[in-house]
Amino acid sequence: MADTTTENLKRTPLHALHEELGAKLVPFAGYEMPVQYPMGVKEEHLWTRTEAGLFDVSHMGPCFLALADGIGGGDDAHAEIAALIETLVPSDIAGLKEGQARLTVLLNEEGGILDDLIITRPIGEEAQGSLYIVVNGAVKDADWALIERSFEGKAVLTHADDRILFALQGPKAADVMSDFFPGCEELKFMRHMPFELNGSRCIVSRCGYTGEDGFEVLVSPEAGLPLVKEMLTDDRVKPIGLGARDSLRLEAGLCLYGHDMDTTRDPIEADLAWVIQKKRRERADFPGAERIMKALADGPAEVRVGIQPLERAPAREGTVIEVGGEAVGIVTSGGFGPSVDAPIAMGYVRAGLAEPGTKIDLMVRGKARPAEVCALPFVAHNYKR
Amino acid sequence: MTTYYTEDHEWITVDGDVATVGITKYAAEQLGDVVFVEVPEAGASFAKGDDMAVVESVKAASDVYAPVAGEVVEGNAALADAPETVNEDPEGKGWFCKLKLVDAGELGSLMNADAYKAFCDGL
Repeated sequence: MADTTTENLKRTPLHALHEELGAKLVPFAGYEMPVQYPMGVKEEHLWTRTEAGLFDVSHMGPCFLALADGIGGGDDAHAEIAALIETLVPSDIAGLKEGQARLTVLLNEEGGILDDLIITRPIGEEAQGSLYIVVNGAVKDADWALIERSFEGKAVLTHADDRILFALQGPKAADVMSDFFPGCEELKFMRHMPFELNGSRCIVSRCGYTGEDGFEVLVSPEAGLPLVKEMLTDDRVKPIGLGARDSLRLEAGLCLYGHDMDTTRDPIEADLAWVIQKKRRERADFPGAERIMKALADGPAEVRVGIQPLERAPAREGTVIEVGGEAVGIVTSGGFGPSVDAPIAMGYVRAGLAEPGTKIDLMVRGKARPAEVCALPFVAHNYKR
Repeated sequence: MTTYYTEDHEWITVDGDVATVGITKYAAEQLGDVVFVEVPEAGASFAKGDDMAVVESVKAASDVYAPVAGEVVEGNAALADAPETVNEDPEGKGWFCKLKLVDAGELGSLMNADAYKAFCDGL
C-alpha cells in the first residue's frame, strides 16, 4: 500500500544495504525500517534461535551523558553522574562496576514509565563521569529533552543516533563476533568493552532483546557499513527484520515500550520490580516513589502476565480478557511464536488472576477463546551469565 | 469453470452456481508465513464485501472479504491444522470456502486473469 508519509521518514546508515538485500521497508519510530527480508519473518525468527541474526537498530537512541565540568575523575566522577541520572530512574546506577550495564526505566512524577533504557558505566579512569545510554527510538526526542532539561549546566548529553547501532543475536553470535572483535566473547551478559576498528572507536555490549546470547555494537557509519557487509558474508549470519525482532522478544517475555508499558503503568505493574535495587528501595528517592513503594508493599491492582491461548487463534494487542463474561484485563502484545509453534501473548490482568494456570477467555472477533495465564518467558533465556 | 479476481487479492472460481474462494499467490506472498486461518462455517451468508474469513501471519491479522454475495456450502476444514497450505498452494489446496452464488451478475465487476496480472504489476 502506498504510504504518503514515506518521504518524511528518516533513514539509517544501513538503508541502502537493506534495499540491496531485498528488505520490505515500513515506517517505524519515524524511520523507514526493514520489517522482513526475503527469508520471511518465521524463518528469520528460527534462524536467530539457532544461528546468528543481524538487526539494524540504528533508529534507537544511543547517547552519552557526561559531567559538564569534565570527565576523568574516577569513582568520584561516576558517583556524581550517577547521582544525577538516579533522579530520573529507580535503579542503582552508582553501584555499577566499570563496564557494567543495567536495564532501567525513565519515570514521570507519578511513577509512570516514560521509557525503558540501558545505562552503561564506561571502562577506564579517564571515562568516569560519563554514561552510555540507549533509549527507545520512538520516544528518544522526548527522553533526551527531559534529560537535557533536568541536568542543564550540570551534564552534557551527546546524541549518537547518527551512527550505526546493530545487534548480532543467537547462539553463534559470539563465534562470529570474536572474528571481528577478539576478546569480546569473554564478556558476560550486560557487560561492555570499547574497541578500535579502522581507527574508529566502537562500543561492544553483550546484550540484546531476543532472549538469545548476543551483542550490540555502536560504530561510526564509515567503519560500520563495511563491518556489517562483511559479517553478512558469513554463512552463520542473516539479516533479520523488525517482524522477527518482535516475535523473538515476545517469546522471551520482554516488554515493548508503548505496548506492554507506557506512562499509565508503573514498574511494579509491569513486573519490573527487579529494576529497583535494594539501595533505591531503602532511599525511595525516585520519581513517583510514593505510588511505586505502595505498589511494592500492597501489590499492584493489575499486573503484566504471560498468556497462553489454548487454541490456534492468535490474540492481538487490544484483545479484551474476560473471566465469566466480565472484563478483567487486556492483551498488550500478541501473536505467534515460531519457536514454540503456538500463539502467545502478554497482557495485564487483575492481580488476583495473575497465578499461572488461571483460566481466562480472550475475546477474539467477538468469540471467547480459552487461554491460561502462564509464566514468562515462553522460551528460556540463553544469556551468557 | 472461470476464475475471477478482486482488487483485495482474492480469487473466485465459478462452477455452475457454486464458487470456490481463496487468496491469490500475490496476497499469500505479501502476508508471509500464515499461522492461522479462520474460515466460515457452512450455512453462513455474506453480502459482497463482508468480512468472510481471517488469515493471520506471524506479524498481523488480515480480513478476507466476500468477493460476491453468497451462502457458504463448505469451509476448508484442513486449514485449521495446516494453515501453511495457504502459502504452499494458495490458488489450489489453500482455498478458503465454497459459496453458493446469490447473483451471478456480480461476477461482471471482477477482473479476469489478465486484468488481475496487470493490476498487480501496477502495484
